[in-house]
Amino acid sequence: MMTPHQIEQALDRVLLSVLKPGRYSGGEHNQIAKDWARIDLRVALGFPDIYDLGMSNLGLAILYKAINDQPDMLAERAYCPWLDMEAAMRREGIPLYSLETKHALADFDLIGLTLPYEQLHSNVLNFLELAQLPLRAADRDETHPLVIAGGHACYNPEPMADFIDAFLIGEGEEAIVDVARCIQQWKREGKPGGKEELLNRVAAIDGFYVPSFYSVDYHSDGTIARVTPARASARFPVLKRIVPMLPPPVTRFIVPFVDITHNRAPIEIMRGCTRGCRFCHAGMVTRPVRERPVEEVVEAVGRMIRETGFEQIALLSLSSSDYTRIGELVKAIGEKYANENLDISLPSLRIESFSVDLMDALKDARRSGFTLAPEAATERMREIINKPISTEQVLTTAREIYSRGWHTIKLYFMIGHPMETLDDVRAIAELCKAVLAEGKKVLGKRAQVNAGVSTFVPKPHTPFQWAKVADVHTIREKQAILKRELRGPGLKLNWNNPEETQLEAWFSRGDRRLGKVLLEAHYRGAKFDAWMDMFDMKVWRESFAAAGLDLEFYNGRERAEDEIFPWDHIDAAVKKKFLLDDWRWSKRGQTRVDCRDHCFACGILPKFKDLRRETPDEAWECPVVTPIARRGQLLEANIIPLTLVQP
Amino acid sequence: MRVRITFSKTGPAKYSGHLDLHKTWERILRRAGLPLAYSHGFHPQPKIHLAAALPLGFTSECELVDVWLTESVNVEESVVELKRAASPGIGITEVREVAESLPPMQTLVRSADYVATVSGEVVGLDQRVADLISAESLPRERRGKKYDLRPLIESLALEGQVLRMRLAAREAATGRPEEVLDALGLAERQTAVHRARLFIDNGR
Repeated sequence: MMTPHQIEQALDRVLLSVLKPGRYSGGEHNQIAKDWARIDLRVALGFPDIYDLGMSNLGLAILYKAINDQPDMLAERAYCPWLDMEAAMRREGIPLYSLETKHALADFDLIGLTLPYEQLHSNVLNFLELAQLPLRAADRDETHPLVIAGGHACYNPEPMADFIDAFLIGEGEEAIVDVARCIQQWKREGKPGGKEELLNRVAAIDGFYVPSFYSVDYHSDGTIARVTPARASARFPVLKRIVPMLPPPVTRFIVPFVDITHNRAPIEIMRGCTRGCRFCHAGMVTRPVRERPVEEVVEAVGRMIRETGFEQIALLSLSSSDYTRIGELVKAIGEKYANENLDISLPSLRIESFSVDLMDALKDARRSGFTLAPEAATERMREIINKPISTEQVLTTAREIYSRGWHTIKLYFMIGHPMETLDDVRAIAELCKAVLAEGKKVLGKRAQVNAGVSTFVPKPHTPFQWAKVADVHTIREKQAILKRELRGPGLKLNWNNPEETQLEAWFSRGDRRLGKVLLEAHYRGAKFDAWMDMFDMKVWRESFAAAGLDLEFYNGRERAEDEIFPWDHIDAAVKKKFLLDDWRWSKRGQTRVDCRDHCFACGILPKFKDLRRETPDEAWECPVVTPIARRGQLLEANIIPLTLVQP
Repeated sequence: MRVRITFSKTGPAKYSGHLDLHKTWERILRRAGLPLAYSHGFHPQPKIHLAAALPLGFTSECELVDVWLTESVNVEESVVELKRAASPGIGITEVREVAESLPPMQTLVRSADYVATVSGEVVGLDQRVADLISAESLPRERRGKKYDLRPLIESLALEGQVLRMRLAAREAATGRPEEVLDALGLAERQTAVHRARLFIDNGR
């Protein structure tokens, strides 16, 4: 393996021959480069796509800080090189290296990858290959770094089970330090018992799933008969890890020398969502809702400006309008930082006039575009997906947006929802035109509607996990309707490649047999599947055939209510029974209200009752769990009862 | 208040292109807490003028940037803040106030000195340098435009492995060191180019 010095010399030779070499040089403002010789636990944090995307990922920035805050640990970064740099690295024999100190990834003790979406799976294999490591976990021993993965796509870790030693299910702030500490201890003891012993220890940490410790049996029809833990240390199920309260925010972000996807400092104002939209994976797996106090956000924004100088600040959450003190927050930020020439973004606003007030309060001078996400265009469909808003409400909000100076409204929809008809799709075009008509009344020809129409993928751990994936033919038919209807001045339409949607769906919904498909696809050159011009359906068809698996088995069927899913032994703390009830409700078009108004007993509270008791009442937007001994005394205390509303 | 900052660009900063450098300066100034002025209009832009674009991959010890501030600041204190806030590879050499009325920075630059260090031995390089100096014209083409490189070369000398050149850097008459190196038959990856001095109209 090349030494850091050799890697640096080789980089000097190649960097000026590739696009945007600033992606590969490291040394940015706020990077942390510790002294290797003094530290015995070294973590490489990787994002399996290019720097431009990886540097925009808040999760990795949080973990980078969590590890580097430990005096006896270090964390460095690695991303996939773009095609030109990959070719140069392969030509020169340069292994994938860390940006901070140019150590080969194989020199680290732990490689932590984030997998926020499934189109990155093929890149993980390429990442490991460039790191000059064996691809399969079974082929790596105690001389190799332990490879772990986390992130939202890991709520179904099975398709990646062959390649990843251990998955972290849930939130990583504390767990990443726990696993690093565990490896450090094992290393200091002289690596007793080799990798098997290390995996035993890792499996014992809350939230970690070691896939090789489980065996899977299948029925003759291909569905799962049972998943069996094969070691005493293997938990069953593996409950996700959460933090009781949001830890102090990262403010000292690394500031790149080059333009990246999001040139901004992000701050999470709230984690979780109480809306219960049935298609929404994040809304189900990030419960409970935890808010960051207004004062902490305002203070952190000030520090982010001083420490990074970024021209944009993003206040992140799944549903900004639901942040309890949102009015107060935007007023404070607008007043305090109005003269800094900042662009402050507040995504995921509810479709109501108050959202326009909020954007006004942020003194957003640019008025570039205002985004609304009705997700479906008919009230019937919005009831099925549990995002009940009236069409009138959409139009009223649009009127308000245009009249306050925004020229463009971006409308996000999905097609391929369960029970969707062609009329529901036509309604998307009609709603876009109706919104544009509101704009024309105020702005004339300057009014613009940009419709983003993606295709729904039924995600694990959601009420729609039983639904089938819309087939390519049907999606094309629906897209053709939209392309025909949504043209003309003031209208713009964006859509996804339906075949890429199939890929996302296989790896969202598949089992561990897909590891063979991934390996076959890797040998056929699959990588960067999230990049439109890189995705090649032919490669995937051939890979499924080579692995002897049926594409349609994973996507093309509604699953039986009693089917064992590949991800059932991964516990996102929302009960399968709750999800099943919600699936049945959706078929009847029956909605649930926001769970801040009524607790539907999704399962979070019983799963985390100890944590709930140790956490201040106001820290979670869930009812307080009252110990039995105190129950009688607190009946009057305005506690929402934990009963399920009968349909 | 208009402030002129002299800075060096080395190390990782050399991989930052001209547009990215502009953004880097906006961020440095915000981190330093200096009251940067913005243009008015729909897309307010920070008032930052870099003197002369430095090609990606070149290092320099003499870059100049003019920035406009909305209020007067103490220059000595600003130096301290800028040094604290500067990105790695950006070294603050000097900060001074200049007259608001001076013409735009880009129009003040006259010429620039470059030092190109050649790696490995190149047979007959001294002869190639001599030929180039004695040539009456050096017709070349860049991005589809024909031009004569020779008048843009004010001086050129080889000292061992080091080429020293002074090239015109006026608007619409800019001699590019990579063009000179190419005319000498040197590949880009064979040389490390450093800008040593910028000559501008009002004295320094």
